[in-house]
Amino acid sequence: MSLRKYVDKIKPNFMEGGKFHAFRSVFEGFETFLFVPNETRRTGVNIHDAIDSKRIMSLVCIALVPALLFGMYNVGYQNFMASGTEGSWFDMWLYGFLAVLPKIIVSYVTGLGIEFTVAQWKGEEIHEGFLVSGLLIPMIIPVNTPLWILVLATAFAVIFAKEIFGGTGMNIFNPALITRAFLFFSYPTCMTGDDSVWVSQNTICGLGGNVPDTFTAATPLGEVGAGMAPSASVLDCVIGTIPGSIGETSVIAIALGAILLLWTGVASWKTMLSVFVGGALMGELFHATGMSTLTAVDHLVVGGFCFGAVFMATDPVTSARTEGGKYIYGLLIGVVAVLVRVMNPGYPEGMMLAILLMNLFAPLIDYCFVQSNINRRAKRAIK
Amino acid sequence: MSKLFSKANKEALTGPLNLNNPVVVQVLGICSALAVTSQLKPAIVMGLSVTIITAFSNLVISLIRNTIPNRIRIIVQLVVVAALVTIVAQVLKAFAYDVSVQLSVYVGLIITNCILMGRLEAFAMMNGPWESFLDGIGNGVGYAMVLVIVGFVRELLGSGCLFGFQVVPQCLYDWGYMNNGMMTMPAMSLIIVGCVLWVHRSINKENK
Repeated sequence: MSLRKYVDKIKPNFMEGGKFHAFRSVFEGFETFLFVPNETRRTGVNIHDAIDSKRIMSLVCIALVPALLFGMYNVGYQNFMASGTEGSWFDMWLYGFLAVLPKIIVSYVTGLGIEFTVAQWKGEEIHEGFLVSGLLIPMIIPVNTPLWILVLATAFAVIFAKEIFGGTGMNIFNPALITRAFLFFSYPTCMTGDDSVWVSQNTICGLGGNVPDTFTAATPLGEVGAGMAPSASVLDCVIGTIPGSIGETSVIAIALGAILLLWTGVASWKTMLSVFVGGALMGELFHATGMSTLTAVDHLVVGGFCFGAVFMATDPVTSARTEGGKYIYGLLIGVVAVLVRVMNPGYPEGMMLAILLMNLFAPLIDYCFVQSNINRRAKRAIK
Repeated sequence: MSKLFSKANKEALTGPLNLNNPVVVQVLGICSALAVTSQLKPAIVMGLSVTIITAFSNLVISLIRNTIPNRIRIIVQLVVVAALVTIVAQVLKAFAYDVSVQLSVYVGLIITNCILMGRLEAFAMMNGPWESFLDGIGNGVGYAMVLVIVGFVRELLGSGCLFGFQVVPQCLYDWGYMNNGMMTMPAMSLIIVGCVLWVHRSINKENK
């Protein structure tokens, strides 16, 4: 408990009259992150879960770790393959680690910087929401995204998708997806462009190899969008050794995270399951009518479908909150995602747009379910 | 002369520039502010056209305000506005053809601009011609101001130009700077109008 003692020792400095009183909210943010606060409210009665939102956020971050670690390995793997360099799996992982680390740091520094400033400015305690967003953002972008663009997009998302609505827990849209949407619409060449964005091009600290400028590697969905057959097999997609955004490629790594989320009850199995059902139904429909060469299974394993279904759609803040609403919400995400993929040639991947669209409709779905429940009970009371 | 610029008249002219701004405070005329502001030049031309039309329609309606039967006043107002819009559209086509092509349908749509009808109903129907004229100019310029701010930001960040001239130096592009594609979309101008509103309200907090 030495850490507890240390925190208690420096605490008076940040309280009323202390030297660093101005940084009180920063201190409290860190203290409550490290230890569950044992203060109780002095007025009124509140019923609390045993787990608070900082602990939930930490769990989601842990669930993201397998996908992140595999994503790092895959970044290295793609570079080593493209440049023809020999290397052990650890060299590949280290290369990917060095390529991804700056993005994680930049995303956290930008986002937390803004959150801390706003909290300090308003005299509120620091919200913990960015803990997950800050890790999600580097995982849903191509590895070659320039850092300054990432700073801009993260700042945009934190300010306009989150702080404007009142901070953590109040946002309508998922901030990580708004970051991606901002990048996607503002700098399309960096996000899909000429297919050279998916594979890291240069050596880092002597690791890896230089890839010739003319080299391009399309994601399976990019290839389908261009009218070709995907060069990666379903097995490659499941394992994840394909070009794509950093964290989205491996179904297995995402499944590990999904198991943790479902086992701890952080994510709703209803949302997750119905996203897959919706995607599969729509994929099957398009495949049966010959509009898409991809089968239902292909649709579920390629691109960001799994990552979106597991980590984005189940976000407790932006998803539907009524239990029945979760089925509708998830189902429509799956349907719209595949719909966009197949019907819109401009957007080979539809998961981001589908989730953002349904984020918008989640309050309406909730309203309908709550209202129908009220009507049913009112009828019962009248009878 | 002192009577021409009495305190009330000055208020009619300068009020809409700041505390009674049609776009920022009354939140009118947003649609065209989003549609025509991807570049600075059409934004200015649009602002000018609206200023002229508001001023003169206010003047005309104010002159005939006592003869308009109350029941059909909206139709009369529309006829006056439509006539002025047609004149402006023709002038633009004759002397600034490329801008008029850029503005396309939005010049014609000035007829439906809420600012115009709002000023006619709220001001010109009850005030004398000179006051109404000043009020029209004030509101038009207040609208144009917001358009110019939004157009400036959008053209600078969206295409790196101002009035079509390159202002972002080439060396920045060589270092990896890129134009923001979203700035050229109407969605982003909504956010910029929101930011202008935000800044305006935090400056004028006490005047709520």
